Amino acid sequence: MLFRYTHRTVAREFVLIATALVFCIPLYLLLTMSLKTTSEVYTAPLSLPKSLNFSSYSNAWKNAGPSGMGHALFVSATMTVGSVVCLIAIGSLTAYTLARRTGRMSTFLYLLFLIGIILPFQLGMIPLYVVMRDVGLTGTVFGMIVLYTGMLMPLTVFLYTGFIRVLPRAYEEAAQVDGANLRRTYTRVVFPLLRPVTGTVAVLTGIIIWNDFFLPLVFLSGTNNEPIPVALYSFVGNYVSQWNVIFAAVAISVLPILIFYLFAQRELIRGFAGGIRG
Amino acid sequence: MSTEITLEARKTRRRSSRRGGGPKRVPWLLAAPGVALVIAYFVAVGAGAWYSFTDWNGVGHARWIGFQNFRQIFSDHATRGALWHTLELAFAFVVLVNAIGLALALGLNKAVKSRNLLRSLFFAPVVLSPLAVAFVWQYIFDQQGALNWFLRTIGEPGWQRPWLGSPTWALWTILVVMVWQFSGLTMVLYLAGLQGVPDELLEAAAVDGATTGRRFWRVTLPLLAPAVTVAATLTLIIGLRVFDQVLALTAGGPVDASETLGTQVYKQTFVLGHYGYGAALALVLTSLVAVMAVAQTVILRRREAVI
Repeated sequence: MLFRYTHRTVAREFVLIATALVFCIPLYLLLTMSLKTTSEVYTAPLSLPKSLNFSSYSNAWKNAGPSGMGHALFVSATMTVGSVVCLIAIGSLTAYTLARRTGRMSTFLYLLFLIGIILPFQLGMIPLYVVMRDVGLTGTVFGMIVLYTGMLMPLTVFLYTGFIRVLPRAYEEAAQVDGANLRRTYTRVVFPLLRPVTGTVAVLTGIIIWNDFFLPLVFLSGTNNEPIPVALYSFVGNYVSQWNVIFAAVAISVLPILIFYLFAQRELIRGFAGGIRG
Repeated sequence: MSTEITLEARKTRRRSSRRGGGPKRVPWLLAAPGVALVIAYFVAVGAGAWYSFTDWNGVGHARWIGFQNFRQIFSDHATRGALWHTLELAFAFVVLVNAIGLALALGLNKAVKSRNLLRSLFFAPVVLSPLAVAFVWQYIFDQQGALNWFLRTIGEPGWQRPWLGSPTWALWTILVVMVWQFSGLTMVLYLAGLQGVPDELLEAAAVDGATTGRRFWRVTLPLLAPAVTVAATLTLIIGLRVFDQVLALTAGGPVDASETLGTQVYKQTFVLGHYGYGAALALVLTSLVAVMAVAQTVILRRREAVI
């Protein structure tokens, strides 16, 4: 009886929708501003554009980043996919070993990964930068994949270990009784069973890497391999106060994630909530 | 008493490990790549900590100078300001983002018809890049931007400010942006927590004559305690590490008025080449995150236990 739809619920719903409308103003601005002409930007900031003007988009697409926005998107995508694949491959195996071996060593290593999660990367950043500069990995996408794989490994192992620990061993034992070796047991039985947590890891680390600005700013800015955030940052610096052009660049940069969000929001929200509570 | 418990625990663990070992043991070799990576990470962090006691500038030899970098951090205007701003910002952020997230979660919990749509909407900014979000808000707070235009339109031109260029307001514009972006995150964490609050309990309290406010303070909030711990710790870490938003909105200005530890680490190290000094700042930031996150978790966990 407490949760029936009463007139108080109507009032609550009304307040929430009003809040949501105010909350959406930045998103509304992002879309409308990018379609306006320069004069419209200053005369009528909040109104809809009089006609759809896509010239800002072509300007941003061509001029953001060292070789246009398309290239920056490609760099971001390669970097993200490469790192996520490495994280899943290495992280799930490590976690499987840690979860299935019991004893002091395993507990100690698990603790190491746990501490690694809260350790801010800035401190390790400086020596890593020096080492990577000396071996010539700065400015390369491969170097970034190595960095991200190392840096997000603690979170990945933590998520996988939590999941594997409560996964019954009966499946593996059955497979081994049937004569499957370790590799077959892992690839055919264990890894497929990890699908839910693999999804969480992919979503969480993928979004962290795609949106990361600090690492590529340090390691990739000024090179031909600038990913989206760095390309956006330098582009905005060159077009100060030309808001329609800036917003077109911002819109292009967030579009891939927004589309992904539209189709996978349920999984995404669950991934975030579950992954963080872990 | 306590030794008895540990003995008991050790016994069960040994028993379970024997049973759980299965026909074949998983070889340590499989964990090697992951362990190697995390050890490399720790070595890097250790090396960073060592640099913080040197005057290294990126080339040549590093000279050990003891605590001189740290003394300078606390005496230098920009870095001392950065330390203070980081604490102010993180504290205000944790309080606001958790209060708003909890309010949204309570509002959206049960009965509201548009709850799924609204939940997706409030969560959307969480997945966007903080940098992109900051640029949108840069326009809103711009001298010729949306906020000042709005103030003129409602007939209050006297309230207009150069928000990003004002030493008083610059830091708080960053707070607004962060709260806008991350309220959806705390909302989702609290919504998940609210699923653990049984309806029967709230109805029983209502039948016994408890008002809405009393039901919230006496039933809902205590049951939400674990969610509060997680959300508060996570947002504290986000708040202390703030970097993207500051660089995009104000770049630390005007005159260091919105510098944070994150931006100072970046500027001192990678812009000015003061590797040793930058490392010292990073060590201060790291210690701050570690100490405050652990302290907060311990305090909140203890409250969970009391309740």
